Amino acid sequence: MADKIAVEGLNAWFGKTQALHDIDMAVPENSITAIIGPSGCGKSTFIRCINRMHEEIRGAYSNGRVILDGEDVYGSGVDPVLIRRRLGMVFQKPNPFPTMSIKENVVAGIILNRRLGRHEIEETAEKYLRRAALWDEVKDQLNRPGVSLSGGQQQRLCIARALAVEPEVLLADEPASALDPISTAKIEDLFTDLKERYTIVVVTHNMQQAARISDRTAFFLSGHLIEYGTTDKIFTNPSDKRTEDYITGRFG
Amino acid sequence: MAEQLSRKKIISPEKIFMGMTGLFSLSVLLISVVVVYELFSASEPAFHKFGLKFLITKEWDPVQKVYGALPFIWGTFYTSLLALLIALPVSLGIAIFLSELAPAWLRSSAGFLIELLAAIPSLIFGLWGLFVLSPILQQYIEPPLSNLSWLPFFTGYPLGLGFLNAGLLLAVMIIPTISSISRDVMYTVPANQREGGLALGMTRWEVVSKVVIPNSRSGILGAVVLGLGRALGETMAVTMVIGNTPQFSLSLLDPGYTISSVIANQFTEAFDKLQISALVELGLILFVISVIINAFAKLLMLRMNRFSGGARI
Amino acid sequence: MKTDFRYIRRKVFGTVMLGLSLLAALAAVSMLFWILGYTFIKGISAVNLDFFTKLPTPVGVPGGGLANSIAGSIIVVGMAGLMAIPVGIATAIYLSEYGRGVFASTVRFVSDVLAGVPAIVAGIVAYALVVTRMHRFSAFSGSVSLALLMLPIIIRSSEEIFRTVPDTLREASFALGVPKWKTILSIVLKTASGGLVTGTILAVARVGGEAAPLLFTSFSNSFWNFNPGQPMATLPVDLFNYSISPYQDWQQKAWAAALVLVGMVLLLNISARLYLARKGFKR
Ligand SMILES: Nc1ncnc2c1ncn2[C@@H]1O[C@H](COP(=O)(O)OP(=O)(O)OP(=O)(O)O)[C@@H](O)[C@H]1O
Ligand SMILES: [Mg+2]
Repeated sequence: MADKIAVEGLNAWFGKTQALHDIDMAVPENSITAIIGPSGCGKSTFIRCINRMHEEIRGAYSNGRVILDGEDVYGSGVDPVLIRRRLGMVFQKPNPFPTMSIKENVVAGIILNRRLGRHEIEETAEKYLRRAALWDEVKDQLNRPGVSLSGGQQQRLCIARALAVEPEVLLADEPASALDPISTAKIEDLFTDLKERYTIVVVTHNMQQAARISDRTAFFLSGHLIEYGTTDKIFTNPSDKRTEDYITGRFG
Repeated sequence: MAEQLSRKKIISPEKIFMGMTGLFSLSVLLISVVVVYELFSASEPAFHKFGLKFLITKEWDPVQKVYGALPFIWGTFYTSLLALLIALPVSLGIAIFLSELAPAWLRSSAGFLIELLAAIPSLIFGLWGLFVLSPILQQYIEPPLSNLSWLPFFTGYPLGLGFLNAGLLLAVMIIPTISSISRDVMYTVPANQREGGLALGMTRWEVVSKVVIPNSRSGILGAVVLGLGRALGETMAVTMVIGNTPQFSLSLLDPGYTISSVIANQFTEAFDKLQISALVELGLILFVISVIINAFAKLLMLRMNRFSGGARI
Repeated sequence: MKTDFRYIRRKVFGTVMLGLSLLAALAAVSMLFWILGYTFIKGISAVNLDFFTKLPTPVGVPGGGLANSIAGSIIVVGMAGLMAIPVGIATAIYLSEYGRGVFASTVRFVSDVLAGVPAIVAGIVAYALVVTRMHRFSAFSGSVSLALLMLPIIIRSSEEIFRTVPDTLREASFALGVPKWKTILSIVLKTASGGLVTGTILAVARVGGEAAPLLFTSFSNSFWNFNPGQPMATLPVDLFNYSISPYQDWQQKAWAAALVLVGMVLLLNISARLYLARKGFKR
């Protein structure tokens, strides 16, 4: 499989404190890569560097390269706004726009660039709600506010909203950690399905989850990438002592 | 009161203290009752004489002893709406600048300066409007506008004093109110909402216009309502620049009159009881309007606080 | 290609809008400096020692000052403060320390609505309440109108300050066996004192510049008067009367009065806010 994303020598700071140290990592196309590690190790910072969300925080900056299909995301003349449309993102806490209805939420990203007729809006909403496995649950209430849904449904709505922009990559930061087990299972199934079309990078605190859904796993510790390999290898035969300690629950 | 009953049984210092502070709180309610009572009783003669016709009568003639509120009500609302029309976009701009664009060091100092604008007494605005703004309007702004006299808004002669001057002055005076509340409300929009927009590929402005402002809309509405309340009741500045002519005109260039300025101008020199009473009734109208507006703003704020952390209006 | 064009348009539009918002902020700040600067330039030439020590002179007679109205303002605002501050703070104590029920919410609501009552209406109320009963204008009636304006401001700011006192402080005191009322009087009031002072200063600054309610309550007076039962000159009312007069030298006095008034109000505001900032309170 070809590499979709190649991270090279990535460092990231919040003001004076360095949150990521010299990360190198390649993510193959149409795979799920899980990022694990103890709290505060830089998982969120890492995936937010991939779609240039990190720099939106006051005082935050980074250097190094993130190569998406051969093009450096941080290259000169690259517009972060355009790059983000190729790298969709889902957040830990579902964040549908509260003043928009379900279908407006789905098309919120599309209509930035394209005027949609009423009919087109319905069609697009249906398409992506289906893709996010939410259609059957909401098809009769498309005009209700997005925030009227349950937490798990809201999160799938956010996934639909991210998918509707037709990104190539889906970045997810603990997308299921605020959800109940049933919703979590739905999201996990969804990710496994979405792998056919997208490259997925998912941060998770839940090691079983990483083991269940991911093809490759990266273990971060205090801003360093300690170990990165196939999920099988990381969970059955890690080469670093610290990885082993972490996955066997000896710390973190 | 519960605490007064139980005081008979156990007289503890605790109960006394609570009862005393409670009595002071009660006095606030009593004071407002007194306010309402005084306004009603002092306006009774005028109400008795003119009834509800007071509200729709155009004449205000102390010689004939005919008093009608219409031109003043009109002037009050017209100047205030004008002020809102000018102040709202500017205030939103300021709020956007302060909450979304300004670096941290500039945020607090620029915010402070704009709030200082609110601390300047309205007399000073009036003085400035009378001696600075009015000549500017008369010489440079109103003559070109009066060429548009085929529009009802621009008929009349450039006087420098009138609805336009009052509206502009009121706008400057309510900008701090609207902008600082809007800014506080925009601050409370959660970061994950903004990030949701950015991650979809919104530009900074799109995040503001499609995420931040919609999220803050009830707070902004509350700010607008409070600004309107301030404009409606504003007295001294308007009195100095409105031209003090009771007439019912759409033209921005025309002089007018507002409820508060007619009270300020005529109260001390009113020569009959009926005129005083009519002036008090005007005050009562102003009072009722301001109570409705502030109660509405307060309810909006309560509603907003229920939905989010919310800023205090 | 088409998308590119659209995106450029979005970007340009967004930049323009954000630029306009910067312009709005600049405009507001320049208004502040324009108004303050103009007042300073016009007023400074007439502000001298006489202004603070002499009585006003009739039209045409040069010299003279507004000593009586400066003193009058201090007296009228001071008496208003004596009425409003104790009631306001006591009410705020009740609202923040005991106020959970319907009664407290009603008081809070009424007080917030009172805060929006126009100053001129407060003047009418004081007129109806005091002037018509005493059959003359008086400093006292002016103070009543200002007290009416001050009260809700003080209640709100004090309640907010009391709420910033951490509950852990109260609990620590309860744990020592100190009864609630003593805790409030010693711990809560003491912790909040800085904020209370600030809030009170701001309230004073806010009503000190009001002329509307004083026009027909404390009225005006060209002479010294220290009797609260008689009309008393105040700086805002004199400012207004001089400014709308047709005489050059009176208008000149109005600017001087404006400068002094603005100076006092801004001084109070800035010192209150700096004090707050140093104490680390949040607004
Ligand atoms: N906004 C911020 N300002 C300053 N430092 C920050 C900020 N966000 C994160 N950090 C610091 O950067 C480091 C990495 O944070 P990050 O959020 O990437 O961790 P994480 O692995 O996602 O943790 P968690 O599992 O708790 O989400 C942490 O030490 C954190 O304290
Ligand atoms: Mg994280």
